[in-house]
Amino acid sequence: MKRQFDEELKTLQEKLLQMASLAQDSIATAIKSLEERNEEYANKVLEQEKEINLLDIKIDELCMKLFALRQPMAVDLRLITASLRISSDLERIGDQSVNIIDRTLELLKVPVLKPLIDIPRMASLAENMVKDSITAFVNRDDVLARNVCERDDEVDKLNDQIFRELLTYMMDDHTSIKRAVDLILIGRHLERIADHATNISENVIYFVLGKTIKHHCEKFNYEHED
Amino acid sequence: MELKAKMESKHLNFYYGNKMALKDISIVAPANKVTALIGPSGCGKSTFIRTLNRMNDIIAGTKVEGEILLDGVNINSPKMDVVELRTQVGMVFQKPNPFPKSIFDNIAYGLRIAGMKDRKKIAEIVEKSLKKAALWDEVKDRLHENAFALSGGQQQRLCIGRSLAVDPEVMLFDEPCSAIDPIATAKIEDLIQKMRENYTVVIVTHNMQQAARVSDYTAFLMLGELIEYGETTKIFTNPKNKLTEDYITGRFG
Repeated sequence: MKRQFDEELKTLQEKLLQMASLAQDSIATAIKSLEERNEEYANKVLEQEKEINLLDIKIDELCMKLFALRQPMAVDLRLITASLRISSDLERIGDQSVNIIDRTLELLKVPVLKPLIDIPRMASLAENMVKDSITAFVNRDDVLARNVCERDDEVDKLNDQIFRELLTYMMDDHTSIKRAVDLILIGRHLERIADHATNISENVIYFVLGKTIKHHCEKFNYEHED
Repeated sequence: MELKAKMESKHLNFYYGNKMALKDISIVAPANKVTALIGPSGCGKSTFIRTLNRMNDIIAGTKVEGEILLDGVNINSPKMDVVELRTQVGMVFQKPNPFPKSIFDNIAYGLRIAGMKDRKKIAEIVEKSLKKAALWDEVKDRLHENAFALSGGQQQRLCIGRSLAVDPEVMLFDEPCSAIDPIATAKIEDLIQKMRENYTVVIVTHNMQQAARVSDYTAFLMLGELIEYGETTKIFTNPKNKLTEDYITGRFG
């Protein structure tokens, strides 16, 4: 049976997708700005962040409305709950892109410290994690969501590597400190983006299977009430 | 799920003439918990709850197979005293059905037919029962008015008080709020939640939100079969059966 409620849930999912595509694009744009040393992209990232924020508010309102008016149950309840959380994560991703742009604008004022290798790699990993987490949401694919969670370690490792490498630059030459710190921070922001993608995937698993896996609760044998 | 059963049906079949209304139903109503029965119209939930105090006995041509246990004793055994059973297992119906008597006499009625003569004792129990039914404060100054002067919600609480007066162990509610307004419904629901301290409660409801709000365990029935039974929080957040999910999310029913 087709319900009017299904239309509303569809609208919710569409808004979330719109937000996800903006968030994804904002990461790419921010990193492009860094790679191409072009500050003209900065405005686009800021605009995208504003749009993302607005969608976050709209999604909040829509979810509250659906809770209040529809008293959702079971899979509907999990969909709305997951959407609320996913939208917070996407909003934070938008913020991290802005952070990256802020660091980039600083870096563009000074000569290049070193060729960028790991940061673009990390960015593409993080961006793909965001993309796949949303694909998993759309397709209700818990296997893909799990896969995204597993990829988080790779990003963490790259982040550590970037940190160690830039540390050697800073030790060699104190005039490199400001630039190295900015790059380290960008690594840190990308690492956070991957964490948000992981959160999104955890929520996809909650939505699809009704199973909680966040905070590595499976490892310490959190009794999921089955 | 380790549960101490207060009432329990085991492989219960029930027939209206040749028509099988309940098929192999095994449900546990755990002690001091609220168990809700939900399901589309005609699924057998009212038939089921009525088997728990043998209300179906009065319908001609009905037949019961399987067991219904109250504290481990089969209530359908020939030795069971039905009147005694119904004092132990009280029932409240869809529409409030007070006797055409005063508020006081409605509550006192069961005590008097049970042979209680001590007026002071009766008055004490009436007060206690009305307090348990959360009605005392509203009626204490008008105990001798006719019960029909009360609002629908008050009448329903009076009926709850009337059942409680004879000190039952199990309380059955068959759609107790279907004929009353939302405020009165909230009062009855609140009452049911408090009742679990002293009683075992089984409730039939069409209103799924009500089942979700008041019960600890929920059984979903369809066409006379038990589809799913489990903790209410589980049933309403993550049901195991697709049929349950479709029903509680309003995709059919």
